[in-house]
Amino acid sequence: MVNLTINGSPVQAAEGSTVLLAARQAGIQIPTLCYLENVQAIGACRLCMVEIEGARTLIPACVAPVTEGMKVSTRTQRVRDARKTVMELLMSDHAGDCKTCDRNDDCEFQALARDLGIRQVSWPGAVNPSHIDTSTPALVRDTGKCVLCRRCVTLCNAVQDVGALFPQHRGFKTVVGPAFGGDLDTVTCVQCGQCSAVCPVGAISEHDETGKAWAALDNPVKFVVVQTAPAIRAALGEEFGFAPGTLVTGKMTAALRRLGFDGVFDTNFTADLTILEEGTELLRRLKAAILGPDHDVQGDHHDAHAHAAPGPLPLATSCCPAWIKNCEHFHPDFLPNLSTCKSPQQMFGAAAKTYYSRRIAKHPSDVFVVSIMPCTAKKFEAARPEMEASWQRDVDVVLTTRELARMIRQAGIDFANLPDEQMDQPMGMSTGAADIFANTGGVMEAALRTAYEIVTGRALPFDGLRVTPIEGMEGIKEAALTFSDVVPEWSFLEGVTARVAVAHGLANANQLVDRIRSGKAAYHFVEVMSCPGGCIGGGGQPRMTTDAVRKSRIEAIYREDQGKGLRKSHENPQVRAAYEAFFQTPNSDLSHRFLHTGYFGRDRV
Amino acid sequence: MAVNPATCTCGDVPEAQLLERLDEILAEYREKPGALIPVLQIAQGIFGYLPEIVLKRISVGLGKPYSEVAGVVSFYSFFTTNPRGRHLIRVCLGTACYVRGGKQVLDTLKAKLGCDVGETTADRNFTLEVARCFGACGLAPAIMIDDDVHQRVKPARMQAILDLYAAPAAKSGGD
Repeated sequence: MVNLTINGSPVQAAEGSTVLLAARQAGIQIPTLCYLENVQAIGACRLCMVEIEGARTLIPACVAPVTEGMKVSTRTQRVRDARKTVMELLMSDHAGDCKTCDRNDDCEFQALARDLGIRQVSWPGAVNPSHIDTSTPALVRDTGKCVLCRRCVTLCNAVQDVGALFPQHRGFKTVVGPAFGGDLDTVTCVQCGQCSAVCPVGAISEHDETGKAWAALDNPVKFVVVQTAPAIRAALGEEFGFAPGTLVTGKMTAALRRLGFDGVFDTNFTADLTILEEGTELLRRLKAAILGPDHDVQGDHHDAHAHAAPGPLPLATSCCPAWIKNCEHFHPDFLPNLSTCKSPQQMFGAAAKTYYSRRIAKHPSDVFVVSIMPCTAKKFEAARPEMEASWQRDVDVVLTTRELARMIRQAGIDFANLPDEQMDQPMGMSTGAADIFANTGGVMEAALRTAYEIVTGRALPFDGLRVTPIEGMEGIKEAALTFSDVVPEWSFLEGVTARVAVAHGLANANQLVDRIRSGKAAYHFVEVMSCPGGCIGGGGQPRMTTDAVRKSRIEAIYREDQGKGLRKSHENPQVRAAYEAFFQTPNSDLSHRFLHTGYFGRDRV
Repeated sequence: MAVNPATCTCGDVPEAQLLERLDEILAEYREKPGALIPVLQIAQGIFGYLPEIVLKRISVGLGKPYSEVAGVVSFYSFFTTNPRGRHLIRVCLGTACYVRGGKQVLDTLKAKLGCDVGETTADRNFTLEVARCFGACGLAPAIMIDDDVHQRVKPARMQAILDLYAAPAAKSGGD
């Protein structure tokens, strides 16, 4: 431990720690703008300046290592004046009007100006012009609001390994963005929105589509149904003052009903459906790999999809549209490994406008599907040209958690005091296995719960069905599971050890693909979620998502899972009913027609 | 500092051949740390400028994001993404040249060449740039064409100077 004093009080800090972290531990706040926990400490914004005895100049606390006997002052006149000057300079080149900004009252920059006591900007100099990039369905960039903190650059490059954003040009003319100041749709952006999740100002946000949702709700002809991804219920409360990790499933349902949705449903329903489809796909690929391509699980297929030989191992999950786009750009050779299953969002859209619309005797064109997603890439996914299984857009509008909160506020709904309500049937029914789709490791765990039971007739041999080796925040996680005493139908799996891996964050995912490609690791099944922590940390979630917030949301998701009577997807009675009434069996011709898809390579640069 | 456009090989050698040379350079530098800037310099030497096709090839070849390659190119004024002409004209707008009519010299050049600052004439003979003092203040207003300094330039004399560099390279490079 290192002993130092901060503002005259003794403080102990770990060797290698920084003045910023030591101060935070001691309950002393130092303002920061560019700093990002675990990810970025570059001393760029200069707001964390402190006075250190013996140092000639003020020192940025985020990059100042603690030393024995160091004497730090964080609130002297000199420090306060310097921070004010820095803040005013930053503000002098910040375009926009707080009142009309999407970050109004949710802005780190605005809060800093308040906390530092700024009452005027002493240097109203030139302001860089705004270039507003609306080229993608997912994100909107306003370069005029950017304060060049570079958080998005670090996320896009170091965490996501995508490299769509980088500082362009020089000095006052510096713009953070794609190559040569181009728009996001011209580059390899996967639209994960992690940039928008860490932006301290309103320079990168989701592409707001609340207007389209309102228009549909106001249209008397449209029967408007809504699906909510599992990650929403563990985060939406944060927008209304609840602590991170507060489950608001019932209030969210009540709010959606009050907004005027005709059917309040759950993406969880199609998450359960996904497990049956993807689990079957996995078993087909395993059988083909073990017994040879002629041995398919089901022998009576009549369409081209099902006749095609099952794809290679490892099978990779396909729920995450940013991961899919990442593979299309950077790993075209890995596309055959991706599950052909659509994501739960797209399965829901296709099912709502076929199975469900038939059930309620509506023409698919009169059914309007709104998704509430923790994700910006889901907007891109819904807009993919192939997502028209119902002969029109399967999902009409995708809103992020933040946009839903905006609609709830616009409607004047007192969210905190809403009663808990239940979702509608049939597509509001789900098991606990669907809930955990929200977090890293969850899709894999849900798949194992069902696959193991189908193959052996017994429940997954983990305490509380929790596959702990693949839970948690480690970047790449692995587990192995040996099938024994299998039921006769699956005799070829007797003694087979299934190896699985889970990655979150695209840099980790790329590393996992490299390991598989080079033969350094061999798996049967891999799960990838693009955002750190999985969907609970998605680009459309309430800001800021720190590691502590991620953990709280994941704990909430597992509480939701464990609170359910049914915790295995194959036990969902409404999913069974949907197969009986419409989709026949998993991987049937009909399910391939509506619930599966394909991928294509994209430019690498 | 700037590449002498007179050494530029653009237009003389087929592009495919130049790209082959670039690929050899990329293979040589692929594993070297800090390769981006030297490769960009060499590439600009080969092509005379850095077109998109070259930058994207460098991005893939070195495994660097295109945004980073573009960020470096746009940071350093040395690099250019616009084709350069056979001759580079730089008009000094430093204080001495400015007060002695550098601006009028520049305006005359713009009109005569039919291009703006940073641009290249349609026949790719001249690229027009401005500079901030060559250290030739006693000769103001001054311009440089390639490595030649022309002193006490007057708009009326401009055509005669340009004729020294007329395309096709009858008198290229001055004397």
